[in-house]
Amino acid sequence: MFSFCTDPSVLSTPEWFACYLTTGKLMLFYASFGTVLLLLAITAPVALAFGFAGASAARARFAPLSWLGRLYIAMVRGVPDIVFFLFFVIALDQGFEYLRHKIKCPDWTDPIRQGSDFIVCPAAKLPLSTSPQIWHEIYGFSLAVLTFSIVFGAFAANVLYGAMRAVPRAQIETAEAYGMSHRQTFWRILIPQMWVYALPGLSNLWMVLVKATPLLFLLGVEDIVYWARELGGAKTARFTDYPHGDWRVWFFLGLLVFYLCFTRISEIALDRIMTRLTRGQATMGGEAQRKAA
Amino acid sequence: MKKILLGTAALAFSAGMALAQDVVRMGTEGAYPPYNFINDQGEVDGFERELGDELCSRAELTCEWVTNEWDSIIPNLVSGNYDTIIAGMSINDERDEVIDFTQDYIPPATSSYVALSEDADLTGVVAAQTSTLQSGYIAESGATLLEFATADEIVAALRNGEADAVFFDTDYLAPIVEESGGELIFVGEPVVLGRGTGMGIRESDGALKDKFDTAIASMKDDGSLNELLIKWFGEGTDTY
Repeated sequence: MFSFCTDPSVLSTPEWFACYLTTGKLMLFYASFGTVLLLLAITAPVALAFGFAGASAARARFAPLSWLGRLYIAMVRGVPDIVFFLFFVIALDQGFEYLRHKIKCPDWTDPIRQGSDFIVCPAAKLPLSTSPQIWHEIYGFSLAVLTFSIVFGAFAANVLYGAMRAVPRAQIETAEAYGMSHRQTFWRILIPQMWVYALPGLSNLWMVLVKATPLLFLLGVEDIVYWARELGGAKTARFTDYPHGDWRVWFFLGLLVFYLCFTRISEIALDRIMTRLTRGQATMGGEAQRKAA
Repeated sequence: MKKILLGTAALAFSAGMALAQDVVRMGTEGAYPPYNFINDQGEVDGFERELGDELCSRAELTCEWVTNEWDSIIPNLVSGNYDTIIAGMSINDERDEVIDFTQDYIPPATSSYVALSEDADLTGVVAAQTSTLQSGYIAESGATLLEFATADEIVAALRNGEADAVFFDTDYLAPIVEESGGELIFVGEPVVLGRGTGMGIRESDGALKDKFDTAIASMKDDGSLNELLIKWFGEGTDTY
């Protein structure tokens, strides 16, 4: 990076660190923070959408739809996360490839399962084995987003389902008395009022999601915890210009600071949202705001 | 910069389409020097990188390197996320049931005990990496096996006193012992384990296995494999 970095072994400490902290490997570490933030930024709204769909389905009056919603919530909530992340993703990947295989290679006669091997025709591979590494990474990342969304969506669905039931029955009855249809009641009365009940549960989920991101590594995405472990491990002078002892404690301390700061920022943001949502609501918080004003 | 990257990506993509069969994805661990590791530039480096690139050029294949966690390195091979495992993997029967191996490119390796003192208890707590030949050997030796996901962690466990000794590949431990300045020492006799190190390839991928077998044989014949072994593992290492 800097011109004086050609022989790090003779450098003074500050210069050594200036060189060390700007090596290509450390850059990958910094970039992985972006990966984690991007994952959170995409997963949170998608999971909320899954949750909303699940909750709406669960309380639908059409019975099969309601069963579907309840099944989704119960199944995902019941399966341990780690099982989901280890097996579900490989199954999902193979499922996509199987479908593409059926469409793109109808003439293929070899069995897809050969012993423990999973063989689809080359045109059905996702991504194609000829595509550059970046596509493989984007695909892996997308699978991660989808899996996180399905898992956290089920928890969010349960929170939203509870929140919808927490809206006072009198509100719904009043709406019906005004002649609103079921659909109008749902969108105009129920949804705007339920968020204030849902937020405490959703904010918990957000915090858990922030700390669940190291599961990314199970999905082949190199996240901050992977790099902290890899970079922190003792390095001998034969294989790097920057030998050092076991520095994992320092790297993990850095992660600790990152997670704590992130938690604090999240808390501040969630508090603001709570204040905004409480305004004009028939809750104790809303009443307190009304009296203070 | 971004445009250049996009341009090369597009180019690589269209070039890739033309020679569809010839891109081979090489899966490695990236945490096992001198076999394979991530260098300061963030790229895969080490004995296996150099060997793999040479094998690919002899077999006229275009190769791409990817890293994968050791624990799931075989499941990801059989489900097709990459085409070979070249990660210092010893050939043994248990693995051979699930995947195929090329002929060995490193002779059967010796494993050694390393401890903090000469009189360490080798039947006490011995640390080894999970799912390796060494951990299997320790489990049967009567010592208490302490497993870690990476080789780096077993040495850390020895240093902080969690383990009485570590048992691992001699070539991996040698530079660490050398640089510890007398803190770590080899204890007991080295043990020869396994049938050498080979590349793992899907059982259904016979053609690819033949290509690499031929390339490895040609490197054994002209002595270039021995040169590589000596370059990365030092003068005293076993050669062909």
